[in-house]
Amino acid sequence: MKDILSKLNKAFESRVRLGIMSVLVVNDWVDFNTMKYLLEATDGNLASHLKALELKELIEMRKQFVGRKPKTSYRVTHTGRQLFKQHIEALENLINNQ
Amino acid sequence: MDSESKQIKDLREIKNLMERSSRFLSLSGLSGISAGIVALAGAVIAYFILDTGQIKYDTHFYLLQPLPFENVLMPLILLGIVVLVLALGLGLFFSWRKAKKHNLKMWDHTTKRLLINLFIPLVSGGFFSLLLIYRNDISLLASVTLIFYGLALVNASKYTLDEIRYLGISEIILGMLAGIFINFGLFFWAIGFGVLHIVYGSMMYFKYER
Repeated sequence: MKDILSKLNKAFESRVRLGIMSVLVVNDWVDFNTMKYLLEATDGNLASHLKALELKELIEMRKQFVGRKPKTSYRVTHTGRQLFKQHIEALENLINNQ
Repeated sequence: MDSESKQIKDLREIKNLMERSSRFLSLSGLSGISAGIVALAGAVIAYFILDTGQIKYDTHFYLLQPLPFENVLMPLILLGIVVLVLALGLGLFFSWRKAKKHNLKMWDHTTKRLLINLFIPLVSGGFFSLLLIYRNDISLLASVTLIFYGLALVNASKYTLDEIRYLGISEIILGMLAGIFINFGLFFWAIGFGVLHIVYGSMMYFKYER
């Protein structure tokens, strides 16, 4: 039991972070507005969680200009993908063990 | 236990977001049913335009009876355009309605991805069909359109509901059969674009929208 709990990653604890990772593992680059629409989160809240995941190098960011508007997109890193997969497996194990 | 329900909730949320963000889910079964009905009506009209089936495009018959442009080819082309516009219009309408009902965006990145992957094989098939007409070799037209349409559906199915994959495979098989039984092109068309759309549309409707 302890072993399973240790695999649950603290980095994915909030609902928004779980959401960000879920969207990114099945898509290539996803821009901020699409993410906002999918997660129904506020700008500030979403931005801070994206920043946190980026600092842990679980996701990476890209800034582009579309016309004159800047567009920020995100993509999951290799580490992020692996850790998220472990996190899901741990969640499944927890449910199955109870 | 409280934490268990939280984990189940988390997993459900993860699955839901993965689906919603990567697939076009607004596709309505009613779109398929209406497109199928329009196609069946079109096939019946085409049957009468083709002189109640007297004009056949078996090589033998074809050489004896080249299609007269004003009486046959022109009405057929017009019919094709009308059928296409009606089927697309109704299809869009029902999908738009489903999107609204489920609070989904009709036009987002999943729509774009679905259409791009659908249209690459579909447009290729369209141009290849035009080439066949241009070369005066229309015997395999029914076969070619069904096969390319099937390939387009299989290709696009990764980005929408799973049923579309099986619909695509069925269309490909039908296209092969249409190539073997070459005088029954219109019949296979009616099955492929009419009956199959109605069957799969109903399946999707009862599975996802009831």
